[in-house]
Amino acid sequence: MTALSQERLVTRADAPARRSSQSGFDRIFRLASLGSALLVLIVLLGIIGAMIYGGLPAFREFGFGFITSSVWNVNEDQYGAWVAIVGTLSTALIALVIGVPLSLGIAIFLTQLCPPWLKRPVATTIELLAAVPSIIYGMWGLFVFAPLFANYVQIPVSNIVEGMPIVGTILYARTPSGVGILTAGIILAIMIIPFIASIARDILDQIPSVLRESAYGIGCTTWEVVRNVLLPQAGVSIIGAVMLGLGRALGETMAVTFVVGNANRLSGSVFDPGSTIASRIANEFNEAIGLQLNALMALGCILFLVTFTVLVLARLLVARVKVG
Amino acid sequence: MDTALQTRTPAKPSTTAPAPWGRVRRSRHVADQALKIICTLFTVLGAFVLGWILLMLLVEGIGGLSPAVFTQTTPGPGSQGGGIANAIVGSLILTVLGIVVATPVGVLAGTYLAEYGKGSKLAEIIRFVNDILLAAPSILIGLFVYMLMVQPMGGYSGWAGGVALAIIAVPVIVRTTEDMLRLVPGSLREAGAALGAPMSTVIIKISWKAARAGMVTGVLLATARIAGETAPLLFTALNNNFWFSPTLMGGVSNLPVMIFQFALSPYENWRELAWAGALIITLSILALSIVARLLLNKDKAR
Repeated sequence: MTALSQERLVTRADAPARRSSQSGFDRIFRLASLGSALLVLIVLLGIIGAMIYGGLPAFREFGFGFITSSVWNVNEDQYGAWVAIVGTLSTALIALVIGVPLSLGIAIFLTQLCPPWLKRPVATTIELLAAVPSIIYGMWGLFVFAPLFANYVQIPVSNIVEGMPIVGTILYARTPSGVGILTAGIILAIMIIPFIASIARDILDQIPSVLRESAYGIGCTTWEVVRNVLLPQAGVSIIGAVMLGLGRALGETMAVTFVVGNANRLSGSVFDPGSTIASRIANEFNEAIGLQLNALMALGCILFLVTFTVLVLARLLVARVKVG
Repeated sequence: MDTALQTRTPAKPSTTAPAPWGRVRRSRHVADQALKIICTLFTVLGAFVLGWILLMLLVEGIGGLSPAVFTQTTPGPGSQGGGIANAIVGSLILTVLGIVVATPVGVLAGTYLAEYGKGSKLAEIIRFVNDILLAAPSILIGLFVYMLMVQPMGGYSGWAGGVALAIIAVPVIVRTTEDMLRLVPGSLREAGAALGAPMSTVIIKISWKAARAGMVTGVLLATARIAGETAPLLFTALNNNFWFSPTLMGGVSNLPVMIFQFALSPYENWRELAWAGALIITLSILALSIVARLLLNKDKAR
């Protein structure tokens, strides 16, 4: 009797101790994972805070004129964001105009036309384009693409359009060196293709095959299936995918810095050099002091606001599909 | 209708076999063929560009590869010879530092989203924020770490570079960890819980174990992502043409920023080294991504 009760006592004394150490670890583990998750949130808030804090002196100094002014003069400490904003938007727009049809074509090829044995290698090839570092695109753009572009596109086109109204302004290259807004847009287009294509492919894959098969069943051609079944079904999500690509194009730094030409003045021609917000920050940040530093931070703040808006819209349109 | 069609295209056997129901009008056929041809062309073009980039890297980079590239430090402006040993080692250190910081944070945060938070409001917000961070411009992360660490610590450092890279790696790891944990069937967890195991044990011993290959893939993908990142290092680790200090204070040489500076320099020798560095970094990253993909496919097939 005594032995038994002692044994029970021992187990009773032992058990709560073990359970409490276990539940202690359980609680720590839970808190650690919650903390890590919160850290993600804190980092985003931190980025917002840092951009605003860093850019505030510039916004205070120049007011709203910071956005609309196209002066960027380090010697006189006068800064305006307009040239960089226009450069960012126009390169991103060119990237979309070129990149979106290509990406959708690739997505349609992969989901509708590609023979099954070819699917995996082609998809992997396109996705590997996303893994290539952006600086490599920059080097390729500057040393390989730009000379070809100057010789075979810029110079002939400039010769044809010279003196023409409007077209002559937009497509005339004063110094046909191959670098400029259009070149940056083309390189960006190549860089966003894998993103848009792989998201669009996932979206198209998610459409129930019953829909597709019934359309084929009543005699639709592939084109009609794509036009009347797939695109209406996936339309909103595909717009979201395009906006994700736009987000990338707006914030891309290294590739653009190589090929955009980094000019501080505004030009009417897409062949002329310009600069984007990201390229200007990359170029000037390390030498910047004082107000110039704040102006660059303010540029970063604007870039963040623009990409944040685009990305949030994109996320709302695309239900969770994989990225990268 | 059928006869009308036949009179238009007399009984000549056409090379493009008509659809069995015989009603396909030519314009429909043209649109269809055009779509097929255009889509195929676009895909070929995409693959062609990748091939072109890789080919140029090989052509320009292989000439610069020599034993000296891996053993000597970067040469001064205008001088001959030299290598990129310091940049290679610096890049390895920064990447490993970033991944070592990012992995526990990313895995735990992904675990929270998949196991604890699930449908809660907080998890929803964090999932959303993580997706935003995943696509945020990396140069802004560089600026953030500059203000967070470089300014307060009084100078560029490898630590700041590692933290910047970690911030880029975390969302990738969070995303893959969550996705992989979600693939683990709930019945496995219930079985563990039925044996009386606390939640943490169930997660570590059952969920993590079942999702291990996918989680490793996430870490590999994150490594591939940060290994080539340049923009966030410009303002954090900067660069250095010599061996860096072992405390990682001050500029730490690294391949991406080295490539950026050397490629845009007027010196032939520097440009050659930039191409060699570009070749090395691209091949390593492509190899890493291919390994990650193979792992993931194996895991999915299982």
